[in-house]
This record gives sequence, C-alpha cells and structure tokens, in this order.
Amino acid sequence: MHSPQLNAAGELTHLLTLEGLPADVIVRILDTAIPFVSIAERDVKKVPLLRGKAVFNLFFENSTRTRTTFEIAAKRLSADVINLNIGVSSTSKGETLLDTIDNLVAMNADMFVVRHAQSGAPHLIAQHLSAARRDHIHVVNAGDGRHQHPTQGLLDLFTIRHYKKDFRGLTVAMVGDVLHSRVARSLIHGLTTLGTPEVRVIAPKTLLPTSIASLGVHVHYDMAEGLRGADVVVMLRLQNERMGGAMLPSAGEFFKHYGLTAEKLALAKPDAIVMHPGPMNRGVEIESTVADGVHSVILPQVTFGIAVRMAVMSMLAGA
Amino acid sequence: MKLEIVNGRVIDPKHGVDRVTPLYVAAGKVAALGTPPPDWRASRVIDAKGLIVCPGLVDASARLREPGFEHKATLESEMQAAVAGGVTSLACPPDTDPPLDEPGLVEMLKHRARSLHRAHVYPVGALTVGLKGMAITEMGELSEAGCIAFSQADAEIADTQVLLRALQYAATFGYAVWLRPQDPYLSRGGVAHDGEVATRLGLQAIPSCAETIALDTLFELARSTGARLHLARISTHDGVQRIREAKRSGLALSCDVAIHHLHLCDTDIGWFNASCHVIPPLRGHRDREALRAGVADGTIDLVCSDHAPVDDDAKQLPFAESEAGATGLELLLPLTLKWAREARVGLPQALACVTSRPAQVLGIDAGHLAVDAPADVCVFDPEAWWTVDRRSLHSQGKNTPFLGVELAGKVRFTVVAGQLVHES
Repeated sequence: MHSPQLNAAGELTHLLTLEGLPADVIVRILDTAIPFVSIAERDVKKVPLLRGKAVFNLFFENSTRTRTTFEIAAKRLSADVINLNIGVSSTSKGETLLDTIDNLVAMNADMFVVRHAQSGAPHLIAQHLSAARRDHIHVVNAGDGRHQHPTQGLLDLFTIRHYKKDFRGLTVAMVGDVLHSRVARSLIHGLTTLGTPEVRVIAPKTLLPTSIASLGVHVHYDMAEGLRGADVVVMLRLQNERMGGAMLPSAGEFFKHYGLTAEKLALAKPDAIVMHPGPMNRGVEIESTVADGVHSVILPQVTFGIAVRMAVMSMLAGA
Repeated sequence: MKLEIVNGRVIDPKHGVDRVTPLYVAAGKVAALGTPPPDWRASRVIDAKGLIVCPGLVDASARLREPGFEHKATLESEMQAAVAGGVTSLACPPDTDPPLDEPGLVEMLKHRARSLHRAHVYPVGALTVGLKGMAITEMGELSEAGCIAFSQADAEIADTQVLLRALQYAATFGYAVWLRPQDPYLSRGGVAHDGEVATRLGLQAIPSCAETIALDTLFELARSTGARLHLARISTHDGVQRIREAKRSGLALSCDVAIHHLHLCDTDIGWFNASCHVIPPLRGHRDREALRAGVADGTIDLVCSDHAPVDDDAKQLPFAESEAGATGLELLLPLTLKWAREARVGLPQALACVTSRPAQVLGIDAGHLAVDAPADVCVFDPEAWWTVDRRSLHSQGKNTPFLGVELAGKVRFTVVAGQLVHES
C-alpha cells in the first residue's frame, strides 16, 4: 500500500502512524533524539533548527500534557508556536476540519500538530494538503481517536532502548484498556517492527479489540501469567467514563485484576521497567509504591518525550 | 414512437430468450420479437450489432434524496443517472426528509418523477412514523398512494414489540416489508467490520452477529406473522448461511445484496478512505466470497445499487464522521457484469439478478420482454471499457469507491415505456 507519510525518496513527510514505518526510519528518529536530551540540560535550551517556522498545535480534543510537550519541543527548536484549542466549538460554529486547515495554510503554517477525537483525522489533513499541492506543510499526529499516537510510541521505544539497549530478546507486556488505546496501537507496531520477540497484551475481553492477535501480540487475560518474565511493563490509561457501564463494573474490581502492585510486579524480571503514558490514575491502574518506585521510568518518559518530538519535527522540517 | 432494435443479442432471462433477433416496440409496449407485427413501419431503427438488448434494469434501492436533501442530489440528476445506467425502474427507500410516511409526500414524489419522463419510480413507504420505530404508519393510505412495500431504510426498530405489530399489521393486508437485518445495540456507534482493519485503524466495529441475531429474530417473526419479508443488504458469510437454511426450511422470503459488497471488503478502506464508508460495512474476504456464492446459487435473489449520493462536504471528514453511502445507479450494470465474468456466471443468470428477480420482489410488471410487456429496454455494449470518474457520472453524488476504476459495460440506449430516453 502507498505510504501516506513517506515521500518517493523514503523520507518522512508526515508522522501519522507507526504502522508501516520502516525500522531504519524509526531508528533514525530515536538516534536523532539522543543529542536533544542533553540540550535540555544546558543553560540555553535552544537550537535554531526551526527558526522562522510556524508550528500550529491544533488540538480538537483537550490535552494539557501532550500539547505542552509539543510546545516546548517546537520552542526549543526556535519555531514560532501557535496553540489552538479548538475543542468542539468550531465544528458547532459550522466550520469543517478542512476549512480550518485551509485558513491556517493561508496564514503560512509550516507544520500542524494535530490531536483529534476521530481516528484518521490527521490522515485526512495530510491527504488534503497533498491534493492542494501543499506538500511542504507537515502533519504530526498527536493522537487520533483510538488509532495512533506515534510520538508517544516513539518516546516509549526511546525509553525502552535507553534502559534495555536492544529490542531483540525483550518481553514487553501492555496492561489495561487496549480497545480504546492509541498508545497501545502505536507501540505494538513500533515494537514488532524493531524485532521484539514477545509483545503481550493483558486485559479483560471487554477492553480488547477482537482481532488484536492479528497485530502480532500474545493475549493474556490473567495478569500474573502475562507479567511473568517481562522486561518491560507498560500500563495503559483507563478513562473514568469506561467505569460502571458494560465495559467494567468498577475501578476497585479493575484494580484487583489488572492494577499493578509491587506483588504482581515481582513476577516480572528483577530489572523490569514500568512505564505509563500518563496521566496516571493511582489506585486504578497502578499503586503509588510502584509508580514512584525504583522500577518506574514514568518521569524519564516525559523528558525523553520532548527530545523525541524535537527529533520528529526537525526531521520533518528537513533540518 | 415505433422502435425497431435490430442485430442485437436479445437476452430476456425470465423467458429464457438468448438469441440475435430484432425487437419491435410500439405504443409503449413490446410489440414483437423476431418477426415484425403486421404493417410494421419503424419511426426509428437502432442497429445493435455487437450489443446486448435486455430488459431495463430494476434497482431495488436507489435514494433520490428528494424531498429534503436536494444539496446531495435532485430527482433531475438522479433520474438521468438511472437511465444512463440502464435502470428503468427503481424503488426508493423512505429515508428522505421528511420521511415517506404520509400519502401526500408519496404522491408528490411520484408526480415529480413522472413529469421527468425518465425511469419509473416506486416509493417504499416508511413502516413507522418518522422512521422512529415507535408507531406504525397508515400503510393502507400509503399503499394507495403508490408505495410498493414498507421499510425502515437504515433506521432501527429497537422495540421488538413494535416490530412484531408492524409485521402483523402488514401481513393482515399482504403488504411487503423490507428490512435490513442489524441489531441496533450491537451496531451502535460502529462504522466498520469487526476485523483486523477496524482493529488497526481504531475504528468502532460492527460484529457479524449484529446481522445474524437480527436475522434470527426476523425469521421467527416472519414465521409467526406470515409477513411477506424481504431482507435488504445482507453482508456476512453467516447471514447468507442462515438465509440458505431458512429458505430450505420452507420460509418464504427474499433477500438482496448491494453491488459493492460483491466486489469490496474492509481492506479496501486503506487509510481511512471515506468513500468505502457504507452501511452495512464492507466486511471480510470470507464474507465477500459467501455473498458472491449466495448470488450465484440463488440464495440471494437480487443485486441492487443501494445508490446513496452524498455531497463532497459530507465525505471529506474523518472516516467515522463522514456520511455513509456510495453512488451506484450507473455502476450497477458494469459491476454486475464484472461479477458474472469473475464468477463464471452466464449473462442471462447475471442479468436476472438486476431485471426479472427484482421486478418480482417489487411486484411490478417489468424486467422482461414478453409481447405486451412495458417496453423498458436497455441496450449495452459488454465490451466497451470506461473509467469511472467524476465527469463520467451523471449522478450528483460522485462518492464511489470505484473512482478511477476501469469497467466493462456501457449503456448505449435506454428505452422507457417505448420512448428512447438515453443514448450515448
């Protein structure tokens, strides 16, 4: 299938999904991110790679953390950053998604960072720009519906590589709401592309898509079994609105079966790392002693996230 | 007008005709086949050498979008599309705005359609008021106004009590009821088949059991009420299997499939191609093969276009927000021919699925070429290849997954009630 995010030369023109992104491109992004980590530790935290470029953070769905990290990443690259929290208000005013885009194109945008509640919205924008011969404008998917959150997937890969060095030989277990998780869909593709031999998902059947095994993962319903011997444990965020309906009876029962406790974590490898894309629900997905414990790399994930986003934006801008 | 169509291969599936012979049309009817009627003098002779002459197509589901959705399509545009596609009779579902739940609306639609002198339009009335699934409509009045059947289009009847009553009432007077089997709860919010594609793309899924559970309910209600049931838009392997068994057990029912379901499956969605957003969703390869086999062995009685013109604005949205539907009136014939060629089904059998069989389900005198039958004729070139593009479509809706695809089968002449209404 035609790649929606690579040009004929195999260079990244948009970052829409980790599915189908070649291993060498992923590795190049991770490698590019390494020097950006140290920039953050310097006194002057800026490089001029995106000077004069206009980056629009287009958030059709609320998010504080992702928007902030993208904003910091773009500012550290010296870009001009414009934040638009569109929410649902513009659609209720009658402006379509593509009308919004056209208006911002007329304002000479160079890059769109897009968060949208609907799967596929960033693809639609990329396609629209391409049809309008605006191939010089880049789209970064900052999370679309249940589909993908590729920069989160990349920062997860960066974190895993940082602590575990090599993917070949790892067992990675993802726990929780896989059904609604764009984070899981991104990370699964990234891990399998980089040769991770065992990727597991652990969840009740109500929180798993029917065909999840077709993505190359092993499915576990029992957390103890799924955690056994894992090198990496990724806890997924569970949104409160999933509770009390037909998906899950209660937060308490979910925590009992699928919450990460020190006791359950002991089943994983002694040097296992624990990750979470944030924001965490303490006492629902993860107990505080684990979240704040020695295995946790949740805060380094945030730091690496900025570096990875800088890497993606600088590569897209061709810098 | 006296028409003489010569040198063409006349295929009339209903009467087993398949030979090169002249067809004579006069006074809006088929006057003769083979030998001219006495004192014959044609006002126009059409040379159909190398062409196929068959009954005009009967499409069991074509949305004309009037009243209420004129920004998507108008009667003018869609009736032109119909005859350009060789469709001479069509049934239109009641999901207009307002829905076809009042006799006045039905009469107006029929009147408007008649005045255009294109295809014959047969409205399908709303089974429940406002298609809300709560109160049954005045089926008697609607029937007198011209409704040939009653349906919910794509709207649900969640309340099985209402469904039972609606079928009982319709059965009392012998009205046909056309329903699309889909459990409203299992399909709620869903936009794609519950398979690998929906999993990968993060699209909310509709499981196959949404169809089979609804089918089981409808079989049970059809048995107990004796309603004349037609099942619209079958989409799954298991659904075809259940219908095959139900028919074998003696249940009298008919069913149809949309032409795009014979050719496409969920993988065609690619990266969120909204033109593949249709109802019911495109399903898996296994389902598509079962549907093709079902049409070939007669389990599925007929093939329809499920024509649904949608304006560009409503399609240029993220997949799940885009409006479902595909334009199809002009693709019904070439896509049926494509299926026939690939499935090694003979032309007469394939054409029966879009002529005599749907005519039987609609309960109309159409879809055949017996002497004295209404002269609704389609003359097409089975070897003429053309590319589906925005300009080649007469329909106002350009929304089709087949844009850019080359297809064989071009309509050269369309005759409705003895009048030549399309020529290309």
